[in-house]
Amino acid sequence: MKEQLAKIRAEALSAFESVKDSAALDELRVRYLGKKGELTAVLKQMGKLSAEERPAMGQLANEVRAALESALDAASQKLEAAALELKLKAETVDVTIPGKQVQVGRRHPMNTALEEIKDIFIGMGFTVLDGPEIELAELNFDRLNAEEGHPSRDWSDTFYFDENSRVMLRSQTSPMQVRAMDSMELPIRIIAPGRVYRKDEVDATHSPMFHQVEGMVIDKNITMADLKGTLNTLAEQLFGQGTVTRFRPHHFPFTEPSCEMDVQCHKCGGAGCPTCKGEGWIELLGAGMIHPHVLEMAGIDPDEWSGWAFGMGLERTALRRFKIDDLRLIFENDVRFLEQF
Amino acid sequence: MNLSRKWLNEFVKIDTPDREFAEAMTLSGSKVEGTSIEGSEISNVVVGQVKSLVRHPNSDHMWICQVDVGQAEPLQIVTGAQNVKENDLVPVALHKSTLPGGKKIEKGKLRGEVSNGMLCSFAELGLDQRDFPTAYADGIWILSDDPELTGFTLGQDIREAVGLDDHVVEFEITPNRPDCLSVIGLAREAAATFDKPLALHTPEVKGGAEGVLTDLLDVETPAADLVPRYTARMVRNVKIAPSPKWMRERLRAMGVRPINNIVDITNYVMLEYGQPMHAFDYRYVNGGKIIVRRAEEGEALTTLDGKEHRLTANHLVIADEGRAVGLAGIMGGLNSEIVDDTADVVFESACFDGTCIRKGALALGMRTEASAKFEKGLDPLNTLPAVNRACELVELLGAGEVVDGVIDILNNVPQPTVLTLEPDKINALLGTDVPEDEMVRILRKLDFGVEGDQVSVPSWRGDVKRMADLAEEVARFHGYNNIPNTLMRGQTTQGGYSVVQKLENRLGELCRACGYSEIITYSFISPSYYDKILWPEDDFRRNSFKILNPLGEDTSIMRTTTLPSMLEILTRNCNYRNKSAWLYELGRIYQPGGEEGLANETKILTLGAYGNGMDFFTMKGTIEAILKDTRAKDIRFEPCAEDHSYHPGRCAEVWSGDNCIGVFGQIHPQAAQNYGVDVELYCAELSFDVLLVTHGADPEYAPLPKFPAVTRDIAVVCDEAVTVGALENAIRKGAKGLLKDAALFDIYRGKGVAEGKKSVAFNLTLRADDRSLTGEEADADVKSILEMLEKDCGAVLR
Repeated sequence: MKEQLAKIRAEALSAFESVKDSAALDELRVRYLGKKGELTAVLKQMGKLSAEERPAMGQLANEVRAALESALDAASQKLEAAALELKLKAETVDVTIPGKQVQVGRRHPMNTALEEIKDIFIGMGFTVLDGPEIELAELNFDRLNAEEGHPSRDWSDTFYFDENSRVMLRSQTSPMQVRAMDSMELPIRIIAPGRVYRKDEVDATHSPMFHQVEGMVIDKNITMADLKGTLNTLAEQLFGQGTVTRFRPHHFPFTEPSCEMDVQCHKCGGAGCPTCKGEGWIELLGAGMIHPHVLEMAGIDPDEWSGWAFGMGLERTALRRFKIDDLRLIFENDVRFLEQF
Repeated sequence: MNLSRKWLNEFVKIDTPDREFAEAMTLSGSKVEGTSIEGSEISNVVVGQVKSLVRHPNSDHMWICQVDVGQAEPLQIVTGAQNVKENDLVPVALHKSTLPGGKKIEKGKLRGEVSNGMLCSFAELGLDQRDFPTAYADGIWILSDDPELTGFTLGQDIREAVGLDDHVVEFEITPNRPDCLSVIGLAREAAATFDKPLALHTPEVKGGAEGVLTDLLDVETPAADLVPRYTARMVRNVKIAPSPKWMRERLRAMGVRPINNIVDITNYVMLEYGQPMHAFDYRYVNGGKIIVRRAEEGEALTTLDGKEHRLTANHLVIADEGRAVGLAGIMGGLNSEIVDDTADVVFESACFDGTCIRKGALALGMRTEASAKFEKGLDPLNTLPAVNRACELVELLGAGEVVDGVIDILNNVPQPTVLTLEPDKINALLGTDVPEDEMVRILRKLDFGVEGDQVSVPSWRGDVKRMADLAEEVARFHGYNNIPNTLMRGQTTQGGYSVVQKLENRLGELCRACGYSEIITYSFISPSYYDKILWPEDDFRRNSFKILNPLGEDTSIMRTTTLPSMLEILTRNCNYRNKSAWLYELGRIYQPGGEEGLANETKILTLGAYGNGMDFFTMKGTIEAILKDTRAKDIRFEPCAEDHSYHPGRCAEVWSGDNCIGVFGQIHPQAAQNYGVDVELYCAELSFDVLLVTHGADPEYAPLPKFPAVTRDIAVVCDEAVTVGALENAIRKGAKGLLKDAALFDIYRGKGVAEGKKSVAFNLTLRADDRSLTGEEADADVKSILEMLEKDCGAVLR
C-alpha cells in the first residue's frame, strides 16, 4: 500500500506538471482526487490494515493528498496565468493610432493677455471696473483737461453721435477714472479694461476699435515713486523677472508729471534691432500723477489726496506677448489662428 | 521737428555722438524719433580736376577724361556729358563708390575704354537745383563754376566739400511744448540736459531806409479777440535773389526747400525762433492798409499753392482795404506773393488764436507748418525778436533796406505767471529728496526767474501753471529714472472680481470646455446687416446709435444684435475652407434709451458653429450644460417660429421660469445665403443679464441615496404631433412620488408603428429614500404614469 501511494504521488505530480489545458487538468483531478479516484481507491483498503499500521499509513495518505492538492492548485494557477497572457497579447493595440479628439475651445489671445494683467492688479488690491463705451464727451475730454478745442476732440479723430459733439464713442478708457472718482469712496485702486474707438483706418498696426486697460490709484501720500514701483512690478510679471524698464517724460492733459514707460527690447537686449526700430526700447504704456485740476473737478482736494494713473493698449501687449505681426489677425478670428493659443 | 546739429551748435556747443545725444534728450522730455546724417548714402565720392579730355574713339558723344583726384596718377574716366572742360573741378565717384538710391559705381570698360569711376551731376548726389541755384542741371556739376564753393582740395570727400554732412535729429514734440518747435527752444532744452551754456543772440537792425513806417503802412485788428499781437516791419528796394549757401544748407537740413532770399528768411526765422512769418509784396497791399478780420461768408481767396477757397466767418484773414491777401496763420494769398520783381516787402510776425487757426486749417484740409505751430498757442512775446531777426538777415544778405520802426499791436499779452516754489510739496509728489538749490538750478537753466521762493515762468512756457508743472520740470532734469521705485503704502483695499465678473469668467470657461473658441468682433456694423439677418423693415430693434462721422458704411451704427458679427466670422471661416468652427463671444449690444442720452449696453453670450457634428441638439446640449452649471431653475425650451433670422422649425427660446434667457437654433437658410454660404449654421444668443438673474444659489449637498433604485423601460405610441416634452410632462405628472428620472432613449417610426404615429421609449428610474422598493410598488407607479400618458397625450403602451 505504501508503494501504491508513492506510485500515485509520482504519477499524479508528473501529470499535473505537464498538463496543457484546464479540461485535461480537471480530468486529472477526477482521476486522482475524485470520489472514485485512485487515491480514494487506495484509502478504501485502509480497513485491511492492522491497528498498528493504520495511523502511519493514514498520515502518509493525508500527506499525499495534500501534495496532490497543492500541485493541482499550482497547475491551475499556471494555466490561468498562461491564458491571461494569451488574452492580453490578443488585445494589444497600436499606440501610435491617434487618440479620439476632444474639442476644447481656446481663449482669444488678447483676453489671455488681459487676464494676466487683471490677475497682477487684483493681487495688489485693485478692483476691476466696467463702464460704457458710448460715453459723454464731458467725461472723455472735459473732465480730463482736454477742453473745447483740443485736437483729439476733432471729428477727424473721434466718432460722434450728435452734432453738438456731446455723445461719442470713448477714445480712451480714461473716462473710467472720472466715473470711479465720482462714484467710489476714497481711497481708490481700480483697473478698467475695455473697448475704445478712434478714427483710424484698418492696417497692420491700426484698428478703429481696440482695447485699453486703465489703472488708477488715489490715496494719501501717493508718489511718483509708487507709480514707478507698481508699473515695474507689472512689467516684471508680464515679461519676466529682470525685465528692464525706463521712464521718459511725456505729455497727457490729465496727468502731471506725465511719463511713458518703455521696456528694453526682448530681441536685442537694448542694442537696437528692427523689432524696436533701432531704439533698444519698446513703448509699453503712458502714465503720470493725476493732474490736480482733474482731482479738483471731481471734488477731491489735491492738497490732501494724490494719485497716479496709467493706460496701456492691450492689442499691442498681446501682439508682443505672442509675437503676432499683424493686428488684423486679432479681429479676423480665423480658427487656424485662434487654435494656436 | 527736424533739428540740424550744426544750427544747434550756434547756440549751444554739444559734440556728443548722435545716439547718446538722442537718448539724453529723450530722457529729459524731448523724444527723438530718429537721427540721420546728410549724404550718408554717398561714399567714396571726391573732388577731382579734369586734366585733359579727348573724344572716345568708338563713340560720337563720349569723352575720355584724365582726372586728378589727389592720387599719384590721374584716373581715366569716361563720361557722356558735354559740359566738361579742362581744369574743371567736378565730383568723382571712384571705383566701389555709392550714390543715393543704393546706386553702386565700379570701374569697367565703356566701348573698349577703361573708366575708373563716374563724373556726377548734382542730381546724382541727391541734390536739387534749389540747393545750388547756379549749377548746370543737364550735365556734370562743375564745382569751380560756383563762386560760393571754394577752398577745395583734390581728393576731398564731396560731402564735406559742398556742405552735405550735417547731422539731423528728428524730434516728436508734445503739443504742450510749441516752444520746442524751434532751434532755440531745443537749444535751451539741450543746454539744460547737458548742462552747457546757452548763447542766445539779440538781433540788431541798422534800418535807415527811405520813408516813415506809419505813413507807409497802417494795421487794424478788428478781430482783436483772435489776434493777441500783430507785429510788422517793412523792407524797401528788395533785390530778389537766391539766398546764400549757408542759409540754404540750414533749410535743407531741416527739410525746407530754398526758394529765394526773402522767402528763405521767413522760413529761417520760423525754424530758428518758432515764430511763423509772412512776407507780402507791398505793391499789392492796397491803400497800404492791413486789416486782420474774420472772413466774410463765402469770401474767395486763392492761396500761394494756387488753390481757391471759399471762406466762412470762422476763418481769420489778412486783408487790405478791398480784399483778403492771406489766410492768417495758414498760408499767404497768391495775390500778394513775393515775385522776382518785388521791390517793397511787409514782414508780418503775429500771434493768432490757436483754436481758430486749427479749425480753419482743418476745415480747408490744409494744415501747414505755420498753422501746426499756431494751433498750439504761441508766445506773444516772440513776435518782435522774430521780425527783428528777419530784418537783420535782410541786411546781412544785402537783400534790401529796412525801414525804421515797428508796427506792434498788443491786444492781449498776458502778464507772466508767478508761482511759489514749494520744495517739500514737490518732493512729496515725486517721492524724492531733491534739495531746494538743485530745483532752483534746474529752473534757472530753463530760464525760469527764481527770487526767493517766487518763480516767474518764461512767456514761452504757457504749459507751466502750478506746482505739479514745476515738479515735472524738476523731475525731468533730476531724471525720471533717478526717482526711486517704491510700493504703495496706505490703507489696504480689497480687490477682486465682482459677482458679475465671476460669471463672465465662468461662462467663458464653460464655452471653451464645450469646445467653442473665443472671438472678438467690432461693435459697429452696417445698417444693411439687419437686412441680411432678415429683420423686418419695421423691426424696432433696428433703432440703433448712428455714428455721424463713420469711417465707412460697414462701421456706421452700433449693433443692437451680435448675430451679424458672429455670422460674418462663421462665413469668413467657411470661405477660408476651415472644416468646422465653434465660436463664442461675450460681447455688448448698444440699445438706445440709456441715461443722459447714452446707450443701454448689455452683454450677449453668442455661440456660433458649423461642422464637426454641430446640429440643433449639439447646440442645445451646450446650452443645457451652461445652464446646469449656472444652476438656473425650471429650464424649458419652447419652439420659436417668429425669429426671422432662424429656421422656423429649428429654433427655440430658452426659459428659466418667467425669464427668457435667449434664443438659439439653425440660422435661416436664406440668411446664410445672404452671407454667401450654404452650410447649416447654428447660433445662440443668450442674455448675460438674464443668465445673471437666473443664476442659482451656491450648491448645497444632498445625501446620496441609501436604497437601490428600480428601473423600468416603457415605450409608448403616440401621434407625431405630440412632443417629447409633453410626454415627459405627463410622466412627471403621473408619477406618485417615486420617479427620480425619466430618460428618453429611443424614438421609432416604421414597421409595427402606424403611419403618422411614433414610438417613444423612456427609461424610468424609481426609488424611495427610506426603503428598498418592491416590484409591486414600482409597477403601481408605472401604471399611474401610463394612465397619465394615455389621458394627456393619447399615448399607449406599445
